[in-house]
Amino acid sequence: MIGMDDKLSQMYQQVLLDHNKTPRNYRVLDPADFEALGHNPLCGDKYKIFLNIDENDIVTDITFIGDGCAISKASASMMTTFVKGRHIAEIDKLFHQFHDMAQGKLDPETDPNDLGRLKIFYGVRNLPARVKCATLCWHTLHAALKGKEKVTTE
Amino acid sequence: MADRSATLRASAADMAAGSIDIEQCRDDFPVLHRQVHGKPLAFLDNAASSQMPEQVMRAYTDYHSKYHANVHRGVHLLSQEATEAMEGSRETLRELVNARSSKEIIFTSGATDAINLVMQSWGRANIREGDEILISTMEHHSNIVPWRMLCDEKGAELKVIPVSDDGVLDMEAYASMITDRTRLVGIVHVSNTLGTINPVAEITRIAHERGIPVLVDGAQAVSHMNVDVRKIDCDFYVTSGHKMYGPTGIGILYGKQEHLEKMPPWRGGGDMILSVSFDEVLYNDLPYKFEAGTPNISGAIGMGKAAEYIVSVGYEAIHKKEQELLRYATEQLQSIEGLRIIGTAPEKSSVVSFVIDGIHPHDIGTILDLEGVAVRTGHHCTQPLMERLGIVATTRASMAMYNRKEEIDQLMAALHKTIEMFR
Repeated sequence: MIGMDDKLSQMYQQVLLDHNKTPRNYRVLDPADFEALGHNPLCGDKYKIFLNIDENDIVTDITFIGDGCAISKASASMMTTFVKGRHIAEIDKLFHQFHDMAQGKLDPETDPNDLGRLKIFYGVRNLPARVKCATLCWHTLHAALKGKEKVTTE
Repeated sequence: MADRSATLRASAADMAAGSIDIEQCRDDFPVLHRQVHGKPLAFLDNAASSQMPEQVMRAYTDYHSKYHANVHRGVHLLSQEATEAMEGSRETLRELVNARSSKEIIFTSGATDAINLVMQSWGRANIREGDEILISTMEHHSNIVPWRMLCDEKGAELKVIPVSDDGVLDMEAYASMITDRTRLVGIVHVSNTLGTINPVAEITRIAHERGIPVLVDGAQAVSHMNVDVRKIDCDFYVTSGHKMYGPTGIGILYGKQEHLEKMPPWRGGGDMILSVSFDEVLYNDLPYKFEAGTPNISGAIGMGKAAEYIVSVGYEAIHKKEQELLRYATEQLQSIEGLRIIGTAPEKSSVVSFVIDGIHPHDIGTILDLEGVAVRTGHHCTQPLMERLGIVATTRASMAMYNRKEEIDQLMAALHKTIEMFR
């Protein structure tokens, strides 16, 4: 029990100390091939994601702006650094893996996955109320890639 | 208070010889002694749902283990006992809010259900196109959405009384907003987000000058203060059992008999009828006209027992203790740099909402939880109020009679830890 909480606060501290305070790729991308708005009306979390995709379906650039809790912001920041340079099919796979991990359906230590340093968000599975914070940016990216305009995690 | 609570006190005599010492009452709430994430629980989320004392749980299990049966029907002993217990509870609740008659106490599933009853029955019969319904900026969604729905259906207008930056209702604006088209005033007695206590008697007096009925949402009031619906003189008053140390899924609508008599039934079914044929239905008398189907019997019994519990502790003692906790929490929280208390009305119940620069309330809530401190974070079902105050969410600590200063200290330590992490 205590171990779980330690891991949880560890995740929190690492995430907070780094990506929440100095989010990466935190800017408007202009011009952008795609953009999408992610909104969680219950928390008030709101992010906009911009991305450019080349003719080979590789994400050449991805940025975001917006505000919300530390988990949502850090998740968005880490996502942008992680998916840059990847093929959209690969990103789609990552979206599903991340989603399953946050909900505790995928154990990144034992189940096959490509989540790498995003594994740190495995901790949110113990915070059911916060799962949607971690997945908001992924839903937004997923929607952007599908050409949707706006998503919500509520 | 002294006069009318005499019977209540007598009926509560089985609890602890007529009175429960507020300093000892914590022992009656088993859940308060549990641990959360390896830390002692500091339960400061009472405005969302207060805990239940063993006396209420016992009343609940007594019903199920000794006389579980349907009410108002059977000629057998169990059914009679169940009916007596439920009607006894109605009488206890009548006395608690000082209604004239127990015909004026309708059991509902909660405050929300009670407001919806008034909207569906009184509202649909009385509101027409071009009419106006007046509510306030600090209403809970439960006292906004039903009226929005009715206004949309009828082509009526929903008008909103403003609040000041510190969370006080603008009484001057209120008086000036009443027009010849105003048909109802809906007002929250105690704001769940701000703690503001509204002058509901004065609000009612002003509305009554123009013959306009008033509905008061008392979900956050009854556990804290002696509510007297006759003194307030409101036409409708609603509250929930689970916010006054009772079970969830039960609440009451108080309505003046003159209104309830005229109002059409909302839900149809058993128990709300005198006779039924396929051509004609003769409706039952009050309060049963509004209680179709088998009611939440154990909930009703539990809510009555919760009322007895409150009276046996005494509103005077509750008020004194909770105001001390409010003062202490307010002082302590104000000492934190970058923390702003949302809602600083002079008349407040034991609720402190706050925001901290640069830290989202949900992050605060999660870290506090890991330290054993239960608070509510978010918009508290008052999104229009949040918008008015220019914030998206707050962290809210809400105290009940069983809380202790040590729990505020635990909150403070956890907040300092949170701020340390974010620094």
